[in-house]
Amino acid sequence: MANERIVGIDLGTTNSLVAFMQGETPVVIPGEDGLNLVPSVVALGENDQVIVGSAARKYLIDTPERAVYSIKRLMGRGVEDIQEELKLFPFRLADDLEAGEVLRIKLGDKSYTPPEISALILRQLKRNAERFFGGPVTKAVITVPAYFNDAQRQATKDAGRIAGLEVLRLVNEPTAASLAYGLDKKKQGIVAVYDLGGGTFDISILKLHDGIFEVIATNGDTHLGGDDIDNLLITIALDDIRGDMGLDLGRSGEAVQTIRKAVIEAKIALSAQDATTLDIELPGGKRYQREITREQFERLIDPPDIPQASILQRTVGPCKQALKDARLKPEQIDEVVLVGGSTRIPKVRALVQHLFKRTPHTDLNPDEVVALGAAVQANILGGGSEATKEMLLLDVTPLSLGIEVAGGVTDKIILRNSTIPASATQFYTTQVDGQANVAIHVLQGERELAKDCRSLARFDLKGVPPMTAGMPRIEVRFLIDANGILHVSAREQRSGKEAEIEVQPSYGLTDEQVEGMLLESFDYAEEDFRQRQVIEARNEAETIVTALGKGRGSPAWAQLKPEEQRRIAKLEKSLNVVKQGEDYQAIRKAIDDLNQATTHLAELMMDSAVATALKGKTMEQADLGEGPAAPHPVAKADFE
Amino acid sequence: MPGDATSTCWSCGTMRAEHFCSACGKVQPPVPVDYFTFFGLRRKLNVDVAGLEREFYQFSRKLHPDLYSGAEAREQQWSLEQSSQLNDAYRTLKDPIKRTEYLLRLEGVELEEQSKSATEQARASGQVKKQVVPPDLLEEVFDLNMQLEELRMQKKLGEDDPSLIEEIGRQKLELEEKHEALLEELKRDWTEWDYAVDSGSEEERRKIRDKMVDVLNRRNYLRNLVRDVNEVLESGS
Repeated sequence: MANERIVGIDLGTTNSLVAFMQGETPVVIPGEDGLNLVPSVVALGENDQVIVGSAARKYLIDTPERAVYSIKRLMGRGVEDIQEELKLFPFRLADDLEAGEVLRIKLGDKSYTPPEISALILRQLKRNAERFFGGPVTKAVITVPAYFNDAQRQATKDAGRIAGLEVLRLVNEPTAASLAYGLDKKKQGIVAVYDLGGGTFDISILKLHDGIFEVIATNGDTHLGGDDIDNLLITIALDDIRGDMGLDLGRSGEAVQTIRKAVIEAKIALSAQDATTLDIELPGGKRYQREITREQFERLIDPPDIPQASILQRTVGPCKQALKDARLKPEQIDEVVLVGGSTRIPKVRALVQHLFKRTPHTDLNPDEVVALGAAVQANILGGGSEATKEMLLLDVTPLSLGIEVAGGVTDKIILRNSTIPASATQFYTTQVDGQANVAIHVLQGERELAKDCRSLARFDLKGVPPMTAGMPRIEVRFLIDANGILHVSAREQRSGKEAEIEVQPSYGLTDEQVEGMLLESFDYAEEDFRQRQVIEARNEAETIVTALGKGRGSPAWAQLKPEEQRRIAKLEKSLNVVKQGEDYQAIRKAIDDLNQATTHLAELMMDSAVATALKGKTMEQADLGEGPAAPHPVAKADFE
Repeated sequence: MPGDATSTCWSCGTMRAEHFCSACGKVQPPVPVDYFTFFGLRRKLNVDVAGLEREFYQFSRKLHPDLYSGAEAREQQWSLEQSSQLNDAYRTLKDPIKRTEYLLRLEGVELEEQSKSATEQARASGQVKKQVVPPDLLEEVFDLNMQLEELRMQKKLGEDDPSLIEEIGRQKLELEEKHEALLEELKRDWTEWDYAVDSGSEEERRKIRDKMVDVLNRRNYLRNLVRDVNEVLESGS
């Protein structure tokens, strides 16, 4: 248990991170590029190889049809609820989508479901962790927005499974942040966590008491974040360009992505400066330049005269509702913690300060605190340590769970903000003599009518023993587990028979589908492994060719017999040919051959004493210290 | 029953009397019990809520699924069921109204369904809603309903009568005060009930029980009325 590596993962809209508990401190594991943040961008390279993170970013601009970002916005959603998203984001849906099918997004000429794309990001994080540990990582805690519904949570869990991770727990992001925040200080009291990320907003109010982190109320908006601010700025730039230059770039994915990159930089700059300049090179060589002051920016994200268009004001409603649900006044909040990159915006900070009448804490990096908290929870699940010994997280379900009753009305059976795990039992009967099936429609949401709530699933209770109408007494138990995911079981009480339940998830993948994707991802793993081998072999070939070049310039070259020189030249040529190809085994063989042939040269290059010591060494090894060391971009571990 | 000291721990075999073994600490298979029994309480209504919270935290530290992440599947299942039972019980018992309603149900009372969903359901299916106006409110409610109807009409026509809105607002405030006062009345009944549990006759208990049902029904009625008023006041024209 103790030596098991359970990592904590923040699977974000914009960036993702993986962290673990090093001794008593949670730390973020950097990627190969040395950076903690892995941009949540997935691209297909020229040979359809999967590229994730910083390297995938350039594809957003160069080949936008082969790259995707902000996929989190589509997790657990259906075609009908992403129409707004489609207007603002360059998501390209697969053409052959059928009604009721899980969304698929086109990437090049392939198509993937949102959980699969998320799985590719998770797999990258998994690899980063494996490289860091030098061993396999198979278990993880993954964070989700507190306001994620059942389908969005299930989709996240599926993504973990597809990536080859056992998801031990889904933790709500603001709650995770509070764990990181409350770790080293013996905190007590009421804490509000205001989490405005790239694509989601959460507010959670917690009571901290002797290591117990009890969530009292949570609220939010799973489609509100920095992305929306970027889209406002992009719209302005596109309007300007259309107006001033007569260029309509709205349909040019490439141009929009260039603009997007620039406005994000401007947005970030405006958190530190009073003004910045947008300077964008447009296709065709024209330039778009515009100065933006912080004041203009603030009016854009929080227009004082039209509060309903204000992105910032959209966070106020959920905050007030959470306070109301917690039966607290703002004055009763002891501390406020800011999470998510968008809370770097001074105007957001001012709003939070005004709302809670407290100066919010900003001492933890808002980009990393969620991942650090996930690592703390991973440590707790792994059996704990001195630092986490007394810590226990009691979270809540963000949305009420209901069932549809006669007249299309929602009957709420587990109210929002109930501590999870939570359960409810309902009794059902039949309406017709001998009726063998009973249908149950499960909903999530706060509205009174079923059509206004989120449909979770339709359950079909089968095999009800034949009885007179109204006689069967079917006990159905709804249980929300510690991940916030619903489980349903049923029993006919008079016969004591477990009723069979057939679930039709309204949104989401079936177990079989996930299983299928899992196998596919093994295929990818195979493919990736091959790719890696080719790259490594090429690098090695590069090294030996460089070394040989040096050898030719040394006096030792002249000491070789002409046929030796010819043989080396021939082998070098064939290595140069095969290293262009994709067959790593052929490249390796050519390297070995050339190594063999140059052993003599390597020996001659040393002075005679050293040459004796180096007998049997190869060209590659004789190149002492100079030239590129054989790079191994990925540790040659034998897992995967 | 968890209070039953004749059961032994499945893991270490020690005699145990809790949801988890007092010797080895392991979670035990759940037993379906009522919420009072789960916390080892008698069916009384005056509950020390601070004490209940302490118990809740202590049980959570023993039963929560986080503690069984690496345990075998059945222990994970037991912990899931035990902690959901714990959370359900705590949520119900810490709230004065939920606690009272729960106890009354245990005592065999079918509380009148006055929830909004029942109202909507009745409307949708064309049934008459089972809702009895408390006699002492009859006159007041009649007047208020007339005024609400008038305001609805005005709003439809896009008119605005501030004096009517003010009058309705005043009545709403009164209703809210009555609603609050009923909680105090209920708390006086609790004490009578708790006393009767110890020493009262079956008949006395039934009398107090019925009194509480009446208070809750009146309270629910008022709550729905206030909600209706709010709906009309907040609705756009």
